[in-house]
Amino acid sequence: MEKKHSKYPINHIVGFALSITLTIIAAWTALSSGLPTMWIIITIMALAVIQAAIQLFMFMHITESGATNAPWNMMFHAFVIAAIIVAGSLFVMSFGFTHDHGGGDHHEGGGSESHEESQEDHEGH
Amino acid sequence: MSENKTDALPLEYSTHQGQMNIVGFWIFLAAEIALFSTLFATYAVLFGRTADSPAPAELFEAGTVLIMTFILLTSSFTCGLAIHNMREGSLKGLMVWLALTLVLGLSFLGFEIYEFVHYVSEGAALGSSAFWSGFFVLTGTHGVHVTLGIGWMIAILIQLKQRGLTAVTTRKVFIVGLYWHFLDVIWIFIFTSVYMIGMVV
Repeated sequence: MEKKHSKYPINHIVGFALSITLTIIAAWTALSSGLPTMWIIITIMALAVIQAAIQLFMFMHITESGATNAPWNMMFHAFVIAAIIVAGSLFVMSFGFTHDHGGGDHHEGGGSESHEESQEDHEGH
Repeated sequence: MSENKTDALPLEYSTHQGQMNIVGFWIFLAAEIALFSTLFATYAVLFGRTADSPAPAELFEAGTVLIMTFILLTSSFTCGLAIHNMREGSLKGLMVWLALTLVLGLSFLGFEIYEFVHYVSEGAALGSSAFWSGFFVLTGTHGVHVTLGIGWMIAILIQLKQRGLTAVTTRKVFIVGLYWHFLDVIWIFIFTSVYMIGMVV
């Protein structure tokens, strides 16, 4: 389980360099790549998951264990629960108008126009 | 049971108590993931419902957010180096890197407070709209966690100064390290799903 502890913290340096690089890639993708919005969201969320994995495996020693099992299995469960809560909430509360990229007579982005529609629905109060 | 493992394992795992504390803290972190997931879900559902207040794309500044992200990533790195020094048996190295982590954490907090004050002055406060409520509760909860982590780290630095490296203090440092890395994990998702997506959509 525990790897041979090296004198030089190579794991940490590699992890740090990777996380800085991934952040820059994510920022570039979001701000100046010009990809379609849905692709930007998919790309940067994937980059975030990779970065979280770097933190957990390279910095947090998630594969280490004492007398009990290593904690990665319960963290995996926690992330599954988190994904279900977020995706489930979006599915129940927002499904049907956030994916509307069709109409052209509003403003620029697909997302903002659908949000405007949803706000009009709520203008009663 | 701990006796025959002392040589193979780092000091913080050397007692049964220490091992149980570390496992218990992982369980706490798993619960924290569930807590933050509800806040992320709330934010995502309320996304775009800004009513009469400014839209997020008008207020979010890529520069500030990137600086905050780099500060927090660097502090996670220095915290990792602190644990590395601890396992080398270097109390001085541990305290220096931990103090550096503390400074970086404080500057992150400074940027976040500046950011919040700026948003409020632009008319986006906690009560301005559903979107901004979701935003401030999510990022604010993370900020409160960072604040707690800073206070916790100060207390542990004092204990290290007084007691040196023992099975108890190393376990405490290891656990505060886990907490600090975990806050970085949460921030990565805030950076991505709040700031980056907020500036794109």
